[in-house]
Amino acid sequence: MMTSRINPLLILFTVLVYIFLMGPLIIVLGASVSDTTYLTFPPQGLTLRWFENIFEISAFKRTIITSLELAFLATGLALLIGIPAAYALNRYRIKLPSWLSTVFVLPILVPEIVLGFSLLKSVAVGMQTPIFLTLLVGHMLLVLPYCVRVVSASLASFDFSIEEAAVSLGSPPVKTFFTIVLPNVRSGVIAAFILAFITSINDVSTSLFLTGPGVSTLPIQILAHVEQFFDPTIASVSVLLMLLTVAVMSIVERTLGLTFLAK
Amino acid sequence: MLKRFAGWWLAGPATLAVLVFLILPVAATIATTFGEDGGIFAPYIAFFNSGFRRTVLWRTIEISLATTAISLVVGFLTAYVVSKSPGKLKSLLIIAAVFPLLTGVVVRSFAWLIILGKNGILNNFLVGIGAISEPLSMLYTQGSVIVAMVYLFVPLMILTLVGVLENIPDDVVQASSSLGATPAATFRQVILPLAVPGLIVGAVLVFTGSFTAYATPQLLGGERQMVMGTLMYQRAMVSFDWVGASTIAAIMVVITVAVVLAMSRVARRLNPMAT
Repeated sequence: MMTSRINPLLILFTVLVYIFLMGPLIIVLGASVSDTTYLTFPPQGLTLRWFENIFEISAFKRTIITSLELAFLATGLALLIGIPAAYALNRYRIKLPSWLSTVFVLPILVPEIVLGFSLLKSVAVGMQTPIFLTLLVGHMLLVLPYCVRVVSASLASFDFSIEEAAVSLGSPPVKTFFTIVLPNVRSGVIAAFILAFITSINDVSTSLFLTGPGVSTLPIQILAHVEQFFDPTIASVSVLLMLLTVAVMSIVERTLGLTFLAK
Repeated sequence: MLKRFAGWWLAGPATLAVLVFLILPVAATIATTFGEDGGIFAPYIAFFNSGFRRTVLWRTIEISLATTAISLVVGFLTAYVVSKSPGKLKSLLIIAAVFPLLTGVVVRSFAWLIILGKNGILNNFLVGIGAISEPLSMLYTQGSVIVAMVYLFVPLMILTLVGVLENIPDDVVQASSSLGATPAATFRQVILPLAVPGLIVGAVLVFTGSFTAYATPQLLGGERQMVMGTLMYQRAMVSFDWVGASTIAAIMVVITVAVVLAMSRVARRLNPMAT
């Protein structure tokens, strides 16, 4: 890469942009350990009591568990149906109609909030489905496009003649898929899982209409809490979510290398 | 039989899931807006006859356009510097953009609540240095929503555009400068036109994202700066006006699809690399 000289003003601008990007998150971190009953920065005194407070509020405990269950189940289901779909789209491209791949772009074209509202009307109310199940369906649809597209992208560079070689040597097709195809697109599957998981955990717009008495997700609970209380508990919950992001990024770094994120 | 339809068997469950749980429910939502008494467009006529709702639609468009324009400029200039940075620094800068992107909308909007509040950090600071005598009310203004939205979308823009800028071959840039173009001229006449398709992709993502946003306008705009997303929630869950909410949903879908289709056509026409 040629390193041409960059205008110093541009460099200064970039530094300011990164302060703008990092500053608010550092402020949340600072506010979460402040020994005051209100949100402030720089923190006055140091305490972890706001972190303990999260687990004393039962609504937070409950919604953290719901959000984790939801993210694992929705991502698992989306991969379960998404990987075969991605495989079919690549392997049988000629036999399948061309509009089929467009189907998996549709969820991106439909605003999330519209998906949530429509599921409330047609599924939760229309079919009397339990609220958690409707949430699960919503989150599965939310993350399905990531699963199909990311796995599809890594299957696109997979040489299907390897698979044919295994089958012609007598390996049963299903076994071939698990021993030959899947290991070769491992990085795509991991990437899809991580993107889907983090999308589900952070989702507001789809879940908004699909929470009810007793069942809610963490982001929705945070929104409700902020409207009534303005204490550092929310800052400490936010820090927990940031730690999750750090964990996710370090998994990506270990398995795929962080340059992967730049793509 | 099984073999002939193998593709369908494998793609079937996912296709069916999208059809049954996405296409049909959304179509049903849109359909309910046309079956009302008082003419088939009655809910739309009611929407556009209400001055308040017209204001909300216009405000949402304004906020989304401002967010898109600012994110484009900030994202493009930053991405340019990032793409020119040496290896180690570049990965660091990319990680620093990915981190906020992966941190949720609620957390990132909440951060601005701490900064812009009446007793927030910015007010305390400004009073502290004597720039103002009374705390300003910065929350629940259009500006506060735009700032938080820009904060939300700049990382996405940077990452999209770094990818685009890295794909511009070095040869064309070198050719331009060896033919005597100044760096500024190369930037304007070579790099910028080549980045246009990427800029359009970024702009579409940001515009549709801000047009349908809920959490950020809810936290930083509240009832005073109602936008389409918060109005839809209010119609559905506070007023139980499901037809009204469905009408807003339909308008959102139409605008999203129209913007995506129109811009992808523009992108194809403006792509200088396309033959």
